[in-house]
Amino acid sequence: MIAPYVPADWLVLLPEIALVVVAVLLAVLDVAYPQVRRTGELGIYAGLGIAVAGVLGIVFALPGSDRTLLFGGMLRSDLFAFVFRMLVIFAGVMTALLSSGVRGVSRHGEYFILLIGACLGMNFMALSADIIMLYLALETTSIAGYVLAGFAHGDDHAAEAGLKYFLFGAATSGLLVYGLSLLYGFTGETGLAAIAAAVGDGQVPPAALLVINMLLLAGIGFKVTAVPFHFWAPDVYEGAPTPVTAFISTASKAVGFAVLFRIMSVTVPMSAYLLPLLTAISVLSMTLGNLAALAQRNIKRLLAYSSIAHAGYVLMAVVTISDLGTAAVVFYLITYVVTNLAAFAVVIIFARVSGSDEIADYAGLSRRSPYLALAMLVAFLSLAGVPPLAGFFGKMFLFAAVVKAGLIWLAIVGVLNAILGIYYYLIVLKVVFVFPAPEGTASIDVPRVYSVALAVLCIGIVVLGTVAGPWFDLALQSAQGIY
Amino acid sequence: MAIFIHQNILSLILFSPVAVILVLLLIPDNMRSAIRWTALLGSLVPLAFTIVMWSAYDPALAGFQFEQRAEWYSAVHSSYHIGVDGISVPMLLLTALLVPLGILASFKIDERVKAFMVLYLALEVGMLGVFVSLDLLLFFLFYEIGLVPMYFLISLWGSPSGERDLGGGRKVPARQYASFKFFVYTLAGSLGLLMAIQVIGQTLGTFDLPELIGLWPSFNQDVFDGVSIGAVKTAAFWTFTIAFAIKVPLWPFHTWLPDAHTEAPTAGSMILAGVLLKLGAYGFLRLVLPLFPVEAAAAAPLLATLAALSIVLGAMAAYGQTDFKRLVAYSSVNHMGFVVLGIAVAAWAAQVSDPGIRMSATIAANGAVLQMFNHGLSAAAMFFLVGVVYERTHTRDLDELGGGIWQLAPVYGGILIFSSMASLGLPGLGGFVAEFAIVRGAWPVFTLATGVSMLGLFFTGAYILKGVQQVLHGPRNEKWSHHPMEISLREVLVVAPLMVLILLAGIWPAWLLTMINQTVLRLVG
Amino acid sequence: MSFPLLSAITFTPVTVGMLLLLFPADRHTEIRITALAGATLTLFLSIWAYVSYDISLAGYQFVERLNWVPALGISYYVGVDGLSLPMVLLTGIVIFTGVLISWKIDDRPREFFAFLFLLATGVFGVFVALDLFHLFFFYEIAVFPMYLLIAIWGWKVTREYAAMKLTLYLFIGSVVAVVGALAMYFASGMNTFDMLALQNAHFPADFQRFWFPFIFFGFAVLAGIFPFHNWSPDGHVAAPTAVSMFHAGVLMKLGAFAALRVGVMLLPAGAHYWMPWIVFLALINIVYGSFVAMMQRDLKYVIGFSSVSHMGLVMMGVASLTPIGITGAGLQMFSHGAMTALFFACVGMIYDQAHTRDIPSLGGFGAKMPLVAVAFIIGGLVSMGMPGFSGFIAEQPIFMGVWAAGQTTSQYYLGQQYAWIDLVAVIAIAITAAYILRAVHQVFFTKLPAEFEHHVGDVTILDKVALVVLVGVLLALGWFPAWMAPLVASSAANVMTILQGAAG
Repeated sequence: MIAPYVPADWLVLLPEIALVVVAVLLAVLDVAYPQVRRTGELGIYAGLGIAVAGVLGIVFALPGSDRTLLFGGMLRSDLFAFVFRMLVIFAGVMTALLSSGVRGVSRHGEYFILLIGACLGMNFMALSADIIMLYLALETTSIAGYVLAGFAHGDDHAAEAGLKYFLFGAATSGLLVYGLSLLYGFTGETGLAAIAAAVGDGQVPPAALLVINMLLLAGIGFKVTAVPFHFWAPDVYEGAPTPVTAFISTASKAVGFAVLFRIMSVTVPMSAYLLPLLTAISVLSMTLGNLAALAQRNIKRLLAYSSIAHAGYVLMAVVTISDLGTAAVVFYLITYVVTNLAAFAVVIIFARVSGSDEIADYAGLSRRSPYLALAMLVAFLSLAGVPPLAGFFGKMFLFAAVVKAGLIWLAIVGVLNAILGIYYYLIVLKVVFVFPAPEGTASIDVPRVYSVALAVLCIGIVVLGTVAGPWFDLALQSAQGIY
Repeated sequence: MAIFIHQNILSLILFSPVAVILVLLLIPDNMRSAIRWTALLGSLVPLAFTIVMWSAYDPALAGFQFEQRAEWYSAVHSSYHIGVDGISVPMLLLTALLVPLGILASFKIDERVKAFMVLYLALEVGMLGVFVSLDLLLFFLFYEIGLVPMYFLISLWGSPSGERDLGGGRKVPARQYASFKFFVYTLAGSLGLLMAIQVIGQTLGTFDLPELIGLWPSFNQDVFDGVSIGAVKTAAFWTFTIAFAIKVPLWPFHTWLPDAHTEAPTAGSMILAGVLLKLGAYGFLRLVLPLFPVEAAAAAPLLATLAALSIVLGAMAAYGQTDFKRLVAYSSVNHMGFVVLGIAVAAWAAQVSDPGIRMSATIAANGAVLQMFNHGLSAAAMFFLVGVVYERTHTRDLDELGGGIWQLAPVYGGILIFSSMASLGLPGLGGFVAEFAIVRGAWPVFTLATGVSMLGLFFTGAYILKGVQQVLHGPRNEKWSHHPMEISLREVLVVAPLMVLILLAGIWPAWLLTMINQTVLRLVG
Repeated sequence: MSFPLLSAITFTPVTVGMLLLLFPADRHTEIRITALAGATLTLFLSIWAYVSYDISLAGYQFVERLNWVPALGISYYVGVDGLSLPMVLLTGIVIFTGVLISWKIDDRPREFFAFLFLLATGVFGVFVALDLFHLFFFYEIAVFPMYLLIAIWGWKVTREYAAMKLTLYLFIGSVVAVVGALAMYFASGMNTFDMLALQNAHFPADFQRFWFPFIFFGFAVLAGIFPFHNWSPDGHVAAPTAVSMFHAGVLMKLGAFAALRVGVMLLPAGAHYWMPWIVFLALINIVYGSFVAMMQRDLKYVIGFSSVSHMGLVMMGVASLTPIGITGAGLQMFSHGAMTALFFACVGMIYDQAHTRDIPSLGGFGAKMPLVAVAFIIGGLVSMGMPGFSGFIAEQPIFMGVWAAGQTTSQYYLGQQYAWIDLVAVIAIAITAAYILRAVHQVFFTKLPAEFEHHVGDVTILDKVALVVLVGVLLALGWFPAWMAPLVASSAANVMTILQGAAG
């Protein structure tokens, strides 16, 4: 069944079209006015441009409750996809702004163009309803990501990070494409809906379905940094330019979950193996992520492991296969993106002045810059899940979904892990607030762009953590109809 | 106005010291004489009210008078219920009288005068409260609250010298040891009382004493699984008894007393011996006999035995002391033993229908109440007089004093002789009438115990004469001849009212006994 | 719509806290004055709520309700009854006095007061919560500022350890309770977190028995119930004075309060089943806490362990499941809150000047700071349950509650042993008297050691105001229980109705 071509479909893609236009304009600007490179204004323009794309999308392309297949069934437009696209765009805006003062990236037009490219790829990942489209979008994202991770010129760490990211990414996407091709092989369909129907008819033998599930999970596990596909994360997070790390750890992960949901809607109906597998992955990710984070001395590595743990939390709700679970995941990812961006923003701002990502060097930050320390407090406590911050509601909804599904033991594992998390977040905050600054350290000045970005993020965290109602309604609406 | 006073007279008595405390708190610390005089004049207010109350009290009526009842702690069914009868009025008089005298006796105190006076008046509130409470919880409240000021009076203004070896070379000041012992001993003793009060209140849903007296003795349902009501009642009886026996103090619960008395400041000792010990005896009369008539009758022989032992051993211990104040302290054990003996008789007789025994019991109980009053006067006087000599010589050791003080201080000597004789029970003075009544009442009931107690009277004579002799007699004592040893006018003023009352109670006890008798008749039934 | 009094009470502190953050960091005086103004306003509002509560109507009053997350039946739902109102008042008093005695804090006072006010908002939020989710939201807000307050401004020797220990204990307790709460939410099938609705959910008895320990112990950790009391003395000792006051004075009450409000009131059948064991644990708290307190040399540890003992009394009152016992628990929460705040204030004042809290090396402070001595003594008398002070008023009904519980036949073995429990618990009173008197004597009335001769003086007028306020509260309740006891009793009766519904 092939859907007919409808010209109005293009309107749905308004944000993506706008992104392309912004990329082109940036390329022109970069060449025509080389002086913007020196001032670091490229990032601001890029950020504003991406933001415009988002605004256009919200104003003109907001889907209602309707779910439509576009472009011959290649894309599927629904609120679920829209939320993730906007999330990606939000992360893109923030990453662009946060990149504007980072040495090694801020003066390169192509960096921002690649960033927009990655955004585009992710948006299409969220939209795709066809395995071909999915793979294309995935590769678009990945290739942009590999380059971004290794972007910083003359930085060996960055080069290593880029290479690692590429090797792991290539391997896992190879597994993914193998899984997808098996699906095609058994069913003869490329559209997810059609494949789902075929799977439902029993066209795929259970053993094959197990293999397919494992292959697909490897690909997505890489994206969402779930154990055991997480090995790349700490090194890449540490080595990549910090704004890129922020972007990979938020937008990329969020979209990874979107894809997971899309694929599970296909494979779940027949799979008795998928849920135990996912549950195991969830428990392992939480536990290993948190335990490893305890030992970290580098803030970026700490955040890397914490992000692995967060993937584990989210997976808890994924396995409940319920509207509440999906909504909880969507809501959690919204809060997580905002919170983690804030955390990395602090890291970026601190590193600009101190040139260090070691946790020990954060000593006395609260005296050197009280407001930055406060922002860090907000971000880290939100990660820890403390009210009145975003993470609290996020975790509550996750646990609610898990308890509702009757997985009490999983909830207990989750809350104990949350305690572990609180422990190491507090350790960092202790360094920031309790330890004295070393002699001769100056106060930390925060450029206006960063102040604005950080303020937006912190306010966002508090808003999500207090006025959670409308956001959760949005998550709930977008979650309906996934299964 | 007059009606208001009449209706609220007990509350006025009870809380006028509080008003004085509040006034005192407003006076700056360094205006010492203003503080002293305010305290003295202020303490006359409750005395005046008490006298008004006494004159309005109708001795012919047996029941509670001036009753007042107000909501206090409704959540546990406890109310502010106060009233007096013939047992409490003499005690109120005694308390209201001793407090101004104690304050007057303490004019020489220079250290933390304000705190002293405030605590002293707070102590008065506690004691007055016990004597007017007709609610079990309220009773306990006032019963306990007096501990606090007394503790501080001893530990802060007690005799500064002296140490107590705790073993292992650790030494603490004697006054700290004594006050601590006093506090913890008495507190621990009353915890059982508290538990029993709670069980009674919880079981019957009220703490109101007149109501409880009607309900509790005949209450006959099991309240706890596996514990019979009889056992509960017996246990409650013993907690009451032990708490009050400690307070009286009855041998063998008396060991806190010599320490506390000896280390307390003079005014503290006066109140301690004069009123605080009476709280225990009063508790027997007010609570134990009415609430536990059966149990009390069963335990009466034991109580009588302990009372006799208190009398004899107290006297013997007093005789053995070389410390003048300790001697007087043990004399309290001795004298309070008579009170308990009288009470034991009353307890016993409540279960006996023989009119002769009941008659004896009435006499004994009358004697006990009178003895409480009289001992309050004479013990206060004795402690004060010990204080007078201590203030001048800074020693209480009889050997160190060396006698011969009469020649240095003839007036003082005369007064001491007078008080000693009252304490000894010389006919014509208060002590005689009371002790005679007790012995007369007890003889037909507890003949053996009474006989032993009479023996104790000999020792009483012996230790008192010993004390008087070692202080007063002998050749003029040159050691102290350079000190102004004679008693001052202020001090005479302290002791004079006590002497007058001792004499009055001895010659014409009827002014108290008519009042006491009506209530005692009701008590013994 | 009438004035949203409870919201005003809840959010005044945090608003003032945010306002403080706008000040430049070095304007210490302005910051302090603003903080004091905010605290005064909060106190005023809580007094207002207290006096305008109509006891003849009973029930929950000043109710406000807004949808929060309607999809899950979460609402912003507040109201107070006779159990929570005294707690609100207490919190108002403690924040006011806490600000007064924190005047001398020189290290980042802006952040200090901001965190303290955030804490206060969390505490208020829990006490007024009528929605289970709302309760957890504020409960956790109340927990985490403690970490920073202790770790940053605490006693240098143990602060990091104690702060982390405290935070982890409390968070573990709270998340365990969260799981229980979610289980209740889904089991009720009512799609609401409204506690008044959940009271009528009539959960099956085996469900209640299974989940009751999760909820009750989850919260009771914060109340310091044995064997989960371990965090509390360390936390008290390490915390700066105002935080100790808040912590022992109010925060521990939060645990007991929530255990009662959520555990007992929503799972009454579970409560019936588990309470004999809890009475037993509370007994251990009471006796063990007082013994350990007696062994301490550090004045603050003495008070810390005495709190363990006293919170045991609260738990025992709750666990008696009798109206009188619950009334006593409510009164004890208030009384102990004010008392322990007073204690910590006094200890803080001594430590500020002496720089030691080692009891044997202190002495003679009574002459230098007479008001502190008086206040400490009064606190001590409250602590030993001396009649005439609030401790007596509060402990009385608790003990009576246990007697009463012993008089109702219980189907469980431990329940038949209640009669002995009071007799053992009362030992603690004598022990308390012993260690309090010892400490009082040593600290205030022995000779002033020579090294303190020159630098120890009287406390400031602000300190005195704080002490007088707290002492006044303790005496007022001690002599005139009528202004609070009937209020608490009215709500205890409500709890009983629920419990009887479950038993019948």
